[in-house]
Amino acid sequence: MKRVLAVAALLLAGCGSPAPAQTGVSGNVTVFAAASLTESFRKLGEEFETANPGTKVTFNFAGSSALAQQINQGAPADVFASAAPANMKQVTDTKAVTATPTTFARNTLQIAVPEGNPGKITGLADFAKADLKIALCAEQVPCGAASKKVFEAAKITAAPDTLEQDVKAVLTKVSLGEVDAALVYRTDVKAAGDKVEGKDFTEASNAVNDYPIAALDKAPNAAAAKAFLDYVLSDKGKRVLSEAGFAAP
Amino acid sequence: MRSRLPVVLVLPAIAGLAFLLVPLAGLLIKAPWATLPSQLFSAEVGQALRLSLICASLATVVCLVLGVPLAWLLARSDLPGRGVLRALVTVPLVLPPVVGGVALLLVLGRRGIVGQHLDQWFGISLPFTTAGVVLAEAFVAMPFLVISVEGALRAADPRYEEAAATLGASRWLTFRRVTLPSVMPGVIAGTVLCWARALGEFGATITFAGNFPGRTTTMPLAVYLALETDPDAAIVLSIVLLLVSVAVLAGLRDKWISGPS
Repeated sequence: MKRVLAVAALLLAGCGSPAPAQTGVSGNVTVFAAASLTESFRKLGEEFETANPGTKVTFNFAGSSALAQQINQGAPADVFASAAPANMKQVTDTKAVTATPTTFARNTLQIAVPEGNPGKITGLADFAKADLKIALCAEQVPCGAASKKVFEAAKITAAPDTLEQDVKAVLTKVSLGEVDAALVYRTDVKAAGDKVEGKDFTEASNAVNDYPIAALDKAPNAAAAKAFLDYVLSDKGKRVLSEAGFAAP
Repeated sequence: MRSRLPVVLVLPAIAGLAFLLVPLAGLLIKAPWATLPSQLFSAEVGQALRLSLICASLATVVCLVLGVPLAWLLARSDLPGRGVLRALVTVPLVLPPVVGGVALLLVLGRRGIVGQHLDQWFGISLPFTTAGVVLAEAFVAMPFLVISVEGALRAADPRYEEAAATLGASRWLTFRRVTLPSVMPGVIAGTVLCWARALGEFGATITFAGNFPGRTTTMPLAVYLALETDPDAAIVLSIVLLLVSVAVLAGLRDKWISGPS
């Protein structure tokens, strides 16, 4: 048993110290990122690996609150990118992050309708119609909290048929045509392709969602964590994010 | 004469028991007991709990009405391709429930293969309704019933049925008076499993029936959403669901199941 452990330790040590790259960072960097960042962060990760030979970016995409809980339970993450400041606060409260998080992107809501707009949705006021099938995010998740804010600002009482557990579940209902309208993030409409049409509405400005990012205090690879953070905040990072539909902070 | 229990069986058995019970104990240890009573008697929890019990019970009835005859067909008929059929019946067991929910939407949804006609001809729309919850739960739970009833049927001695037939009983009469009573323990075990599975159903339910308080929010859905903002509340809700289901199952056991124990 001891010998097995010794060999394992040697192997691990070997993994941790490959030839240093030009930028001085190397090794694995583990990024915990909100589910809505899946497409854009995968792309950023690939670009980062190309720019920093010898590095490998590993992602854990999930709901921001689940990620915050995993971090607080001691998950070995280097970087945390949250879809809402509230979830970032969960990890700064426990001192898992002591640095000030940086807002790197903003997301706004958009009305999503199935291809061809069968419910003839024209604006936010249609969400009050009881005869239309409406899907919203549950208030407990960030997109639901944002939807609530928007309806309050517009003084509209929405008549939803379902309050979904996350924004992707809402989108599934729209793309299958099960609902006539839904509120999701602009980036989700963009990622959904042709089956979903997005409609802007003026009240969306009442609920702009900030995405904060921070390196963890106990990051196993602090140097690479900082390099990845810088890359997200760089012009190249901003370009990838804006292509995905995010607004600059 | 009783010999000593073999260690090769006892040790893994104890490990297995610990594996099943320790996470449960973790839930109990971490529970914020102070807020348990107030949660238990809050309106939302009562509503979700009532809906859960009603839907799981209705789903079990659906499973019994459709599943027992199906089990009989699989065990007693000489249908060609019975083996394939038997494998297909277990598909909902291996299918991730969310996929099951999407499959139900594709068939029974508003634009589904069958659902579009239900909508156009009868004005019936199943997604986002309590009936949809029952359907989703029945879809996921029925294999548990079919498999245990079929197993019991295959283990039962067919000679009693043959004897009934020689005495002039029709197949339907034989089924009711001879077959069914002889496999009753299997039917009850299957019913209990089916009900328990339906009660804990999450993936297919939230995908097919959505989530709306009082209409489709069952306890597992409430637990999942509570976990997003308030993990303590989620633990309390889980314990409430656990307590109620254990109480119902234990009560059933005393009343209905008088098998060897």
